[in-house]
Amino acid sequence: MRIDITDLSVEVAGHRLVHDIALKAASGRLVGLVGPNGSGKSTLLRCVYRALRPAAGTVRLDGTDLHAMDAREGARLLAALPQEASTEFDFTVAEVVAMGRLPHQRGTGRASAADTEICARALARVGADHLAGRGFLSLSGGEKQRVLIARALAQEPKVLVLDEPTNHLDIAQQLEVLALVRDSRLTVLTALHDLNLAAVHCDELYVIAGGRIVASGAPHDVLTPGLLAEVFGVRAHRVRHPESGAVQLLFDRLAPAGAQAEAPADGAPVTAPTAP
Amino acid sequence: MATTAQAAPRAPAPHDGPAPPRRLPVPPLVAALSVVLLGSLLCGIGLGSSGVSWSQVVRYLGAGLTGGTIRPDEVAPYTIVWELRFPRAVLAAVVGAGLSAVGVAVQALVRNALADPFVLGISSGAAVGANAVLLFGALGALGVWALSVSAFVSALLAMALVYAAARTAHGLTPLRLVLTGTAMYYGFSAITTLMVFTADRGEAARSAMMWLLGSLSGAGWGSVPIAAAAVLAALAHLLLSAGRLNALAMGDETAAALGIDAERLRRELFVVAAAVTGAVVAVSGAIGFVGLMVPHVTRMLVGADHRRVLAVAPLLGAVLLVWVDLLSRVVLAPVELPVGVVTAVIGVPCFVLLMRRRGYTFGGGA
Repeated sequence: MRIDITDLSVEVAGHRLVHDIALKAASGRLVGLVGPNGSGKSTLLRCVYRALRPAAGTVRLDGTDLHAMDAREGARLLAALPQEASTEFDFTVAEVVAMGRLPHQRGTGRASAADTEICARALARVGADHLAGRGFLSLSGGEKQRVLIARALAQEPKVLVLDEPTNHLDIAQQLEVLALVRDSRLTVLTALHDLNLAAVHCDELYVIAGGRIVASGAPHDVLTPGLLAEVFGVRAHRVRHPESGAVQLLFDRLAPAGAQAEAPADGAPVTAPTAP
Repeated sequence: MATTAQAAPRAPAPHDGPAPPRRLPVPPLVAALSVVLLGSLLCGIGLGSSGVSWSQVVRYLGAGLTGGTIRPDEVAPYTIVWELRFPRAVLAAVVGAGLSAVGVAVQALVRNALADPFVLGISSGAAVGANAVLLFGALGALGVWALSVSAFVSALLAMALVYAAARTAHGLTPLRLVLTGTAMYYGFSAITTLMVFTADRGEAARSAMMWLLGSLSGAGWGSVPIAAAAVLAALAHLLLSAGRLNALAMGDETAAALGIDAERLRRELFVVAAAVTGAVVAVSGAIGFVGLMVPHVTRMLVGADHRRVLAVAPLLGAVLLVWVDLLSRVVLAPVELPVGVVTAVIGVPCFVLLMRRRGYTFGGGA
C-alpha cells in the first residue's frame, strides 16, 4: 500500500510545527525520516498515525484520505509503534499483542479463535512466543519492542509507522528490530536517530529540519557532508561499508555555523539534495 | 583471561524480575464470588444486634418475596429484616460494586494505578451538598429526598467544575485532571469543614461526620433503585469498553494507533465516573478506600486486562462492602461505626499483605 502525503501541515497548541510536507512511500518500501531533535519528526508521524489531525493537507493510503476514514478502518490499514510505550498496568505480553485485534473487533472485544491464532503467529514471527505469559513491564527494552512489533503485526496492517523504534536499545537489539521491520514486507515509514542505521536499512530517506522536508532520495544521495553540516551542524566524512557498499558516516566534530560542504572522503559524487 | 570473542547464541536473557504473573481463571472465580455474594447478603440480612433467629429470617424473606403472610406479633422483627436489613445489604452490595467499577474506570482514565473516585474531587463536592442539607436544612422542600438529591446534584456540579478547569485545547489530559481534582478536593473539603465548624447543632455535626466517613444507616428500599440502575448501566458500558480501556491504559498514542479516540473515551469515562459516584455517594456518603483497593486486589488476582478486571472487581467490591457494613453495625452495637473506618481497618493490612506476597507490579518497577 502506497503512502502519499501532500501539503501536510500540523499544529500543536496553536503552533504550526510541521509545514507543507510532501512525502511518498511506494508499496513495500522502507522509508526513513531523519532530522535533529525538535525538527518535527514525531509530530509528522503522530499525524500519520492519527494521534493528531492535520491543519492542512492530506495523508492518503492508495489514494484514500486516511483522516476521512473511520478510525477503526484506518487502524486496520495502518499500525504504529509510538515512542511512548509506558504503562502503569501489568498486562501480559499476550494481552498487549491481543490489543492489535481491537480494530477488527466489535463490542467487548472478546477474542475469537482466529484472533488468538493471529496473535500467536505475530508473536512467533518476532521470535517472542516464549514471552507470551510474561508481564510486559518485566521485559527488557528489546523484548518490549519485539512485542510491540508483534502487536502491530497482529493488526494485519498494510502500512507500519515507527517513531524511533531503536531508542534505548543495544546494538544487537537495534539490528534485530530493523530486521523484523524489514521482514514484515509492509510499507514502512520510520523515524530514526542513527544516520548510519538509516543509511543501511532505508530504501529512501527524508530529511526534516524546522518542520520542513529539506532533502529526500536514496540515502547515498541525501547524506552528504553539506547537508549534515547544514541540518545537523556536524562535520562528517563519508565512507563505504566494506561489504555492502552502503554509505556510512564518520563524524568529526561540530561544524562551524553556516559551514559549507567539504569534499567527501571517498570521492563519491555528491548529488545535490532535492530542493524543499 | 580468554580474549577470543565467542559468538554466543542469542538466548533470551535471564531475568531477576518478578516471576510470570499467576492468574486465576475468571469464569470459576466469577461463579465462586457470585455464590459468596449471595451468602454474604444472607448474612447481612440474618445477622444483627437485634436477635432475630435464622428461621425467622428465612420465613420473613420467603413471605416478603412470595407475598406470604406473617402473624401480627411478627411485624416488628419482619420490619427489621425486610425494611431495614434487606435493602441495606443490597445497597451495600450495589455501592461496593459501583465504587469498585468506578475505581477501575478512573484508574484507566487518568492512567494512574493510584487514582480512585475521590481523586477527581467529585465525592468531596457531593459532601458539600449533603452537609448543606444535614447541617443547615437546605432543600427542606424535598423532604427525605433532600440529602440524596443535594449530594447527586453537587457531585455533578463538582464534575462540571473540575472538567471546565482541567480542560485544555487538547482535551482532558490525565495529569491536569488529577491535579485539578486534587485541588478541588481540598477546596470542597475546606467548605465542608467550615460548615461543620460553624454549625451549632452538635448532633447534626455528628451525622455530618458520619456521612463524610460513609454510612449505609439511611438505607431503605427507596434508595436502592436509582443507585442500582446507575451502577448496572455504568458496568454494562464499561464492560463493552473493556478493550478500549486496555488500549487507553497503554497511552493516548497507542490508543490512536489502534483506532481509538482517546479524548472521547476519556470524556465518556469521566461522565460515567461522575454519575456513578454521585448516585452512590448520595445514598452512602463518602466511602473511601474501596475504589482504590478493590481494583488493585482484582489485578493481583486476575491481571490487568480490563475484561477480566471488570468481571471480578464489582463482585469483590460488593462482597467486601456487605461484610464491612455488617461489621460496622454489630461490632460496637448499638453504636454504628462509620463504614470508612472499617474499610480502612480491614483493607490496609490485607492490601499490604497481598502486595508483599505477590510479585505485583504497579508500573515503573515499584
